[in-house]
Amino acid sequence: MILMTIEKKIRELYQVNPKTRILVEKIHEKAKLLEEEGYDNIRIMNFCGTHEWTITHYGIRTLMPENIELIAGPGCPVCITPGHYVDILTDLSFDEYTVLSYGDSYKLPGTRIKGIRSLFDARLHGGKTEIVYSFYDAVKKAINNKDKKYVFFAVGFETTMPSTAVPLVNNMVPENLYILSAYRLTPPIMKYLLEKHPEARLSGILAPGHVSAIIGANSWLFLPRDYGVPTVVAGFEPLDVLVAVYYILDMLLSKKPSLINEYTRVVKPEGNIYAKEMIKRAYKIIDSYWRGIGIVPSSGAIHREEYNNRDILHILGIEDKPMKDVLPGCRCPEVTLGLAKPTDCPLFLKACTPSNPYGPCMVSSEGTCKIWAENLPIRIK
Amino acid sequence: MCLGVPAEVLEVKRSETGLQVLKVKMGGIIKEVISAIPDLKPGEYVIVHAGVAISKINEDELEEILELFKQMSE
Repeated sequence: MILMTIEKKIRELYQVNPKTRILVEKIHEKAKLLEEEGYDNIRIMNFCGTHEWTITHYGIRTLMPENIELIAGPGCPVCITPGHYVDILTDLSFDEYTVLSYGDSYKLPGTRIKGIRSLFDARLHGGKTEIVYSFYDAVKKAINNKDKKYVFFAVGFETTMPSTAVPLVNNMVPENLYILSAYRLTPPIMKYLLEKHPEARLSGILAPGHVSAIIGANSWLFLPRDYGVPTVVAGFEPLDVLVAVYYILDMLLSKKPSLINEYTRVVKPEGNIYAKEMIKRAYKIIDSYWRGIGIVPSSGAIHREEYNNRDILHILGIEDKPMKDVLPGCRCPEVTLGLAKPTDCPLFLKACTPSNPYGPCMVSSEGTCKIWAENLPIRIK
Repeated sequence: MCLGVPAEVLEVKRSETGLQVLKVKMGGIIKEVISAIPDLKPGEYVIVHAGVAISKINEDELEEILELFKQMSE
């Protein structure tokens, strides 16, 4: 059974915007010129899971010339959230706390291989876990149920940080609502990837559009400046991605790596100054563990002292220390760093499926494995 | 998690602490979200991410992409 037809989606893409054809032709022209100069494998990493969705859903890889490879990067916060946090929260859900989570992280497995692995599993076994749309909804829920204690699972990159930072700074968080900060920062992981994993061989980078709406396009200047990698801050429509690829090839040809902001309709060079100020007032930066990757310098955020009374790890005296959370046989760590494809994993769509995820990359709508599983024309026997 | 959704601002409310809460229209639904943009007015478009309006959408900037296509077509 064929689940999707990429041909149909590509046809739609062309019909919605006939100019796309011109752009794809230009990409092929540039790629040919680059091939003549010896570029036989141009690897362009899309940081963001939402870019990966656009690329996979619209079949953009099939529009690329032979010498261009689009690879998925670490931009899925659920995928890199330490399994240890899930263990803590599932345990708390059987205690006096109700755990509130985004839908995206609800099925995220912790470090356990059997039994209660996720907040979803906890609920099936009588634990108190619920999905909320936003932290604001969690605030309203806690205000309306003053006799209960709540913990919010704050998973995300800089894009998500204002959701708790703004209410914290504005004294809007009620006393019966606590937060587990799983926040991670994006520029440090790209720096880490370029320094520790040269085997990823990145020729160009699509920087995350909505993270950049907060931190500013200029936060990525270090990529071309320090590592010579052409970088484009891109939007999430198929055309945005194609334009970004075109810009990267153009920079490779001219041998002038720089930073281009393609997503100017949303992203400013300086970002959202108000949001950045709120984040700075609520959080401080620390070295943090990324699931399957390791400790990444200055890549995490914990609450500042004045908000310690809202921090569940602080309140319960739980140490935030890395624990072994790579599940046996799961290749999510390599998939996250662009070193393997989901189809390289023997568990992919066998022991690990979107409805019953085994590894963390199969959980979120931004996880590469889940995106591939739901969008590729893969035959299932 | 970085899935931002475009939304139209219908109403801007201000709490005692100065915090802005917005009523926005996203596709077919109307939702109350927090604003991380200080100077919003009804009728403007924003990107909403995880219940927070994180950025205004500037339609004028679309011109740049159209210009690129114009150059390519020549």
